[in-house]
Amino acid sequence: MSLTLEQVRRIAELARIEISDAEAESALGHLNRIFFLIEEMQAVDASGVEPMAHAQDLAQRLREDRVTETDRRGAYQAIAPETEAGLYLVPKVIE
Amino acid sequence: MNWEIVIGLETHAHLATRSKIFSGSSTAFGAEPNAQANAVDLALPGVLPVLNRAAVECAIRFGLAVEGRVARKSVFARKNYFYPDLPKAYQISQYELPVVVGGGVAISLGKTEKAGEEAMEKTIRLTRAHLEEDAGKSLHEDFRGKSGIDLNRAGTPLLEIVSEPDMRSSAEAVAYARALHTLVRWIGVSDGNLQEGSFRCDANVSVRPAGQREFGTRREIKNLNSFRFLQQAIDYEAQWQIATLEDGGRIEQATVLFDPGTGETRAMRTKEDAHDYRYFPDPDLLPLIIDDEWIERARAAMPELPEPRRRRFIDEYGLSAYDAATLTSSLEVADYFEAAVAAAGGSAAKPCANWVMGDLAARLNREDRALAESPVSAAQLGGLVARIVDGTLSNNIAKQVFEALWNGEGGNHPKAADEIIEKRGLKQITDAGAIDALLDQVLAANPSMVAEFKAGREKAFNALVGQAMKAARGKANPQQLNARLREKLER
Repeated sequence: MSLTLEQVRRIAELARIEISDAEAESALGHLNRIFFLIEEMQAVDASGVEPMAHAQDLAQRLREDRVTETDRRGAYQAIAPETEAGLYLVPKVIE
Repeated sequence: MNWEIVIGLETHAHLATRSKIFSGSSTAFGAEPNAQANAVDLALPGVLPVLNRAAVECAIRFGLAVEGRVARKSVFARKNYFYPDLPKAYQISQYELPVVVGGGVAISLGKTEKAGEEAMEKTIRLTRAHLEEDAGKSLHEDFRGKSGIDLNRAGTPLLEIVSEPDMRSSAEAVAYARALHTLVRWIGVSDGNLQEGSFRCDANVSVRPAGQREFGTRREIKNLNSFRFLQQAIDYEAQWQIATLEDGGRIEQATVLFDPGTGETRAMRTKEDAHDYRYFPDPDLLPLIIDDEWIERARAAMPELPEPRRRRFIDEYGLSAYDAATLTSSLEVADYFEAAVAAAGGSAAKPCANWVMGDLAARLNREDRALAESPVSAAQLGGLVARIVDGTLSNNIAKQVFEALWNGEGGNHPKAADEIIEKRGLKQITDAGAIDALLDQVLAANPSMVAEFKAGREKAFNALVGQAMKAARGKANPQQLNARLREKLER
């Protein structure tokens, strides 16, 4: 299986990444090499092996339901490009 | 042609935790914008999510309540999409292995109407329920042509509950949503606050010719946060689909929004620009393992559920289906009712039900108070009902005592009704001698009324009863008074 240039542009669009034609060509090559690797792995007979959800065979650690954070809005908003009335301002997006 | 409407619901319930699902920020509603959005919620680089135990506990309780299967192992996945109120550009959700699989919710239609309609019972099957995080809020008012983002809600734990396409009318969909709403509040996993967006439904609606096996193409109505909107939106959407098909048109799979102003649904996006979420297991989170011991501990802590309790109210107290449904509309009401019955005695269940659903509910309503804020405790109301049942109080005088209890007379003493009856001398007169003496006085003082009655004017009888009640300051037992007066007049 290999990707088409069209699919690369679609993925970039979904991720809101602007790519030039040259970058798309280059990304296509990189991604197809990854797909090649996946194909190689898929050739291995893994029937009867339970799929893993994580590389480590461990269980998720849980935290107690406690509020541990304090209001640090000032610090966070100091590094934001634009804020107003406590809100982060972003280019208008309406669905 | 006869059309069948097919509906499935996806419901998002905010879970009743103090902190967020993956961070230690508060989930309290109504804070200053972004005052409860920390580094994890803002998706600053280098942060890691850590799962909240209480959110998992809520999912387990829900799974047990709907008799679904609580997965011993479930997996968190990234649902990728771009929107400014989702700073990571993915939502942490569950996809292939959700925490709850299967189960069902019983609904009954017609039961809550007072009379007429025949009750219809049905179980709506659940596909799954999974844990996920909520997104933030976008404010599109004009901030110099930009949108304002409030991330306080980002990371609030949600349980997304997905039903099978088992509903066949908007009334069934509303009955299901209401039953689910009652259930999540009953077991304490969500406050279900509709105004604050703590309980939102997406409705998948399709239509097909009656008798056809295959489903029609569905459209999904997003974000319905009231039962009325749910009904209106489904009704409009189903009629629109039927009209479109009858005109020879086709239904395109789409996501639509409901406009409460016009009562119409309109397409937001169609299949061509549908999201491609590119789910994959979140490498930041390990599989969630729930062992049998945890499930058994949760099971032991579960309250009696609304359905079995409703049935028990009918069997144990002889209540009507309507009364039993009303008294199990919330855990608070059911507990209040049973505490009142415990104080009044088991045989007083029906009058207790009447007082809880009648005078008490009306009074709470008038002052816009919740049952938990009632100045009259369940024990006090039961104590009052006991005095009606044993004949100490007439219903009318009981209303006066209720008013006194409401106004705090007798404090919070469980026997406050007795104190008020004693202090105000409200005990009903049931002594035959006392009633006779009272009537003799009234008859002697009103010879003209007596004469009128004897001339065949029944109205005069009521006037004499009125006079006697007035003389007794309302305390005479009305049945006794009536019977005795008639005996005396007709002798």
